[in-house]
Amino acid sequence: MLSLSHVAKRYPNGTEALAGLSFTVGDGAFVSLLGPSGCGKSTALRLIAGLLPPDGGTIQWSGAKPEMGFVFQEPTLMPWATALANVRLPLDLQNVPRAEAETRAEAALARIGLGGFARAYPRELSGGMKMRVSIARALVAQPKILLMDEPFAALDEPARAALNDDLLRLWREDGMTVIFVTHSVSESAYLSERVLVMTPRPGRIAADIALPPGPRERLSPQFLESQRLVSTALQKAAA
Amino acid sequence: MRRLADLVLPVLVAVLLLGFWEWKVAHDAIPAYVLPAPSAILRALADNFPSLMASLWTTLTVTLLAFAAATIAALALAILFSESRAAQRTLYPYAVVIQVTPVVAIAPFILLWIGYDRVTVAETIIAVVVAFFPILSNATLGLRSADFNLIDLMRLYGASRWQILWRVRLPTALPALLAGMKTAGGLALIGAVVAEFVAGSGTATGLAWRIIESTNRLDIATAFAALALLVLVGLAIFHGLSLVEYLLLRRWHESAITRR
Repeated sequence: MLSLSHVAKRYPNGTEALAGLSFTVGDGAFVSLLGPSGCGKSTALRLIAGLLPPDGGTIQWSGAKPEMGFVFQEPTLMPWATALANVRLPLDLQNVPRAEAETRAEAALARIGLGGFARAYPRELSGGMKMRVSIARALVAQPKILLMDEPFAALDEPARAALNDDLLRLWREDGMTVIFVTHSVSESAYLSERVLVMTPRPGRIAADIALPPGPRERLSPQFLESQRLVSTALQKAAA
Repeated sequence: MRRLADLVLPVLVAVLLLGFWEWKVAHDAIPAYVLPAPSAILRALADNFPSLMASLWTTLTVTLLAFAAATIAALALAILFSESRAAQRTLYPYAVVIQVTPVVAIAPFILLWIGYDRVTVAETIIAVVVAFFPILSNATLGLRSADFNLIDLMRLYGASRWQILWRVRLPTALPALLAGMKTAGGLALIGAVVAEFVAGSGTATGLAWRIIESTNRLDIATAFAALALLVLVGLAIFHGLSLVEYLLLRRWHESAITRR
C-alpha cells in the first residue's frame, strides 16, 4: 500500500505545484489522478516514483519500495534500438541473461499485440504502436505498481480506445497497482475503480470518487452516470 | 537512373574542364613552369610515383593519427563536460582559445618545443589542435541533448551514471559526433599540410613539402601531382566517414533515411 501525507512540492522558480496532497492507494487498485493542466498531477507521479524529492510531507510504502514501471506522455523510446531492445532495457539493467531477457521482452510485446514488430525501429511504428512498446517495457519486469503520466493524450481516438481496453485486460491479468494521470473525464471514468480529482495549482485532492467495479461498456447508462459524477466533481474542484 | 546521373554528370564536368585546360595550355603555349597541362601532371605522377607514394604515406599517417587522437581526446573532454558543469565552465574557455588561435602562428613553437628531430610528432600535434574543436563542440551538444525522460527512466531502474552515459547519452550524441568528425577529418588534413609547410624542407617529407620543394625547382607538374594526391586523401577521408555515418545511422536517424 502507498500513502501520501501532506505532500508539498515547489518548482525551482518558487511556484507551488502541490500543497497538502494526501491520499492512499491499496494494492492492486486502479486509481486515476484527474485534474486540469498544471495542477501538479505529473509532479505527484514523479514524487511517487522517487524521481523528485518532496519539499514537505511524507510518501510511505507498506514494506519495501516496490518494483515500478513508468509510462510517460511521450513513448520515450530509444530511437537507435529495436522495439525488442527497447522493451529489454529494464531487464538489461537488472543483468538478466540476454537469452532470457529476449524471451521475456518478446512475450511482453506479444501480450500487447506487437508480436510481429520486435525487430522494428521506433520510427517505423505509428504513435499507438510506439506507446504499446512503451507499455511493454514498463511491464516486462513485472512491476508491482505501474505509474502512467497521460500516456494516451497524444493518440487519436480509436488508438486510445483500443489501448484503454488492452490496459484494463493487462491490469486484470497481472493484478498490479495502477496510478493513472489524465485530464480526460471519460478516460478516468472508463478505466479506474477510483478517481482522485485534484484542484488547480497548488494541487491537492478535492474529491475521492469510487466507481462501480466490473466490465465497462462505453454506451451504458452506468458509464454515463460515472462520467457525470466525475465531471461534476471536477467542475466543483475548479470553482 | 538517379544514381547513374549522380556519377556521370560530375565526371562529365571533369572531362570537359580537363579537356579545356589541356587545349588552352597547348593553344596559348603556356610554359610548364606557369601552368602544366593535365597530361604533363599525369606524366610527372607516373615518373615520380614511388617517391610520391612515400610522401602520400607520410601525410596520410600524420593525418589519420591526428584525426584519431583528436577524436579520442575531444570525446573524452566532451564526456567530462556533460558529466560536470563545473568542468565545462572551467575548461571550455580554453578550448575556445585553442580554436581561435591561428594555428600557423603557433606551429613554429610546437615544432621548436618538440624538436625538428621528431618532426612527425610535432606535425601530428599541430593537426590535432586544428581538428579538435569541431568534435568537442558537436559531441558536447550531442551528449547534452539526451531525452530527460529517458534518463529519468534509467534512474528509476537504478542505472548508474556510466550506464546512462553508455546506453543513452552516447547513442544520442552519435549523429552530432559524426558530423563533427566529418568536419574534423578535413581539418586534420589541413593541419598536416600547414605543419609540413611550416616545418619546411630538410625535415618534412609529406605531400605538402613536395609541393614546396617541386615549386622551388620550378617542377610545377610534380607540385600539381602532389596537390592532386592531397585532394584524393581529403575526398577519401570525407567519403569514408560518410559511409561510416550511413552505416551507423541508416536504420534509425532521420538524416540517413531517404523518403520514398
